[in-house]
Amino acid sequence: MSFLELRHVTKSFGGAPVLHDVNLSLVEGEFVAIVGYSGQGKTTLMSLIAGLLKPDSGEILLEGKPVSGPGPDRGLVFQNYSLLPWLTVEENISLAVESVFPGQSAAERAAHVAKYIAMVKLSHAADRLPRQLSGGMRQRVSVARTLAMNPRILLLDEPLSALDALTRATLQDEISDIWLSDKKTVILITNSVDEALYLADRVIPLTLGPGATLASPVTVDLPRPRDRSTLNHEPEFKRLRSQITQTLLGYSESRKTTVSRKLVLPDILPEDLDQPRRSGPPRRPHEIKRENVSI
Amino acid sequence: MNATLRNLLVNTACLAVGVLLSLGFWSMLSATVAKELPTPAATWEVAKPYIVEPFAKRGEQDQGILRLVGYSLGLVAKGYLIALIVGTPIGFLLGLSKGFARVFDPIVQVLRPVSPLAWLPLGMVLFLSTGRQALENGALFTIAICAMWPTVLNTAVGVRAIPQDYLNVGRVLKLSRMKMLFKIMVPATLPYMFTGFRLSLGIAWLVIVAAEMLTGRTGVGSFLWNEYNNANYGNIIFSILTIGVIGFILDRLMSVAESRFKTA
Ligand SMILES: Nc1ncnc2c1ncn2[C@@H]1O[C@H](COP(=O)(O)OP(=O)(O)OP(=O)(O)O)[C@@H](O)[C@H]1O
Ligand SMILES: [Mg+2]
Repeated sequence: MSFLELRHVTKSFGGAPVLHDVNLSLVEGEFVAIVGYSGQGKTTLMSLIAGLLKPDSGEILLEGKPVSGPGPDRGLVFQNYSLLPWLTVEENISLAVESVFPGQSAAERAAHVAKYIAMVKLSHAADRLPRQLSGGMRQRVSVARTLAMNPRILLLDEPLSALDALTRATLQDEISDIWLSDKKTVILITNSVDEALYLADRVIPLTLGPGATLASPVTVDLPRPRDRSTLNHEPEFKRLRSQITQTLLGYSESRKTTVSRKLVLPDILPEDLDQPRRSGPPRRPHEIKRENVSI
Repeated sequence: MNATLRNLLVNTACLAVGVLLSLGFWSMLSATVAKELPTPAATWEVAKPYIVEPFAKRGEQDQGILRLVGYSLGLVAKGYLIALIVGTPIGFLLGLSKGFARVFDPIVQVLRPVSPLAWLPLGMVLFLSTGRQALENGALFTIAICAMWPTVLNTAVGVRAIPQDYLNVGRVLKLSRMKMLFKIMVPATLPYMFTGFRLSLGIAWLVIVAAEMLTGRTGVGSFLWNEYNNANYGNIIFSILTIGVIGFILDRLMSVAESRFKTA
């Protein structure tokens, strides 16, 4: 039986649907990556799974039971970190732990929080406020906060997109290690095909909106643990990467249209200071051209 | 010379220039067009007893200036506190509930522009039964109700401006209603609330003068009015300056508090 299932999910924000007829089925312990262009509904999809949004039609089932709202079984790592700026790293995580494990004693809770801060290697910064952290550190806090809630499924919404390539690689390794060590079900949203292939069991492209939907998944049969340095040269990796890239490029190619617009060139003849000043119409009228722009 | 010290010196010098120019202008006015206006020297002469012995108590109205200011500040503090305690929850309700805002926002908008001079008689009537305390209670009522609005409105705006992201965090973490309120909504609204608190304090200080003039309760406001009746016009100016300086200090103190609560 599938662990998480989306059936014919459609969502709009009033206008044309952002997502249309999305179907997805995950088995427990699976790592799925969703790749797609910006603004096509990836965050919307995550919010639906997390229960922050309700689908207009279709259903989302977790272990066969419909999702009715947010719950501690689904841990969402927000695209923009969403740490509370008035709480320190420790307090941010503690707030989550308190509400998920209300029975813990203060000492147990402190230990629990410390463990997850250590897991993302931030013990030295536990007492800092989010504004005193770098982007990558904030992202790690955000991941630690979610992991500390011990969710059954991790929803990672472009957790690394805002980071530089080096930090990104380090955090990819951390995510990979965490996943290998406790085999949680993970959905990772990313804009990087390489990242998706490095981490995931399956990569699913999201088509272009409005009315975006998930395309057919690409199974990544690369052995684990994957090594970034050798991965780049493996024929299978290259094949998968070009396949997915072509799929994505295909969407944007089919959407390419040209519009023709009127382009008005203003009268910008340089002023000649030797000429006597004249009033009256400009010496050269505005020039009107047609311009073709492809988007 | 280090930069902060230099800055301080420059600022002090500018302040001195400003004060001197104003004093010059004032002297010129009282020497030419406004013959009734006491000169700076004459003002200093009448105000001197109140300044050199700021805490003296020679009679009911004849007291050192800081003592008078103290009475006024005491009343302001009480009225202001009431304004915050009543205004903040109202602001939260207005911000949180569309229904509540629909019902009460028009009423707030109608009551807000009413002058303290209009509220005061009502306040005194309301507290008639408290006998000798009626004047004081009426004044408190007036301060509270006039000073409340900036807190109410700014809090409401702040609550509406809480980023959806923070609320989503609360929902994903499954926070209880209380935690949602005190761990997320209140801290997120705090900067707005403090702006409201600061404006409210300014209004409370404006109202106190009017309230004291009308009720005769001892303080800077009634001092000003009495000195007018006693034809000590210099002390009118002295009172105005005192009220201004105290108001300025209060505002500074509040903006220091405000900046401490700027989150992110
Ligand atoms: N709350 C909302 N109200 C109205 N429209 C929304 C809302 N949230 C998202 N949208 C619209 O839905 C579309 C998809 O947004 P979404 O945030 O899901 O994109 P995304 O794929 O996550 O983009 P990115 O990669 O830039 O994060 C966008 O066109 C956006 O304008
Ligand atoms: Mg997004």
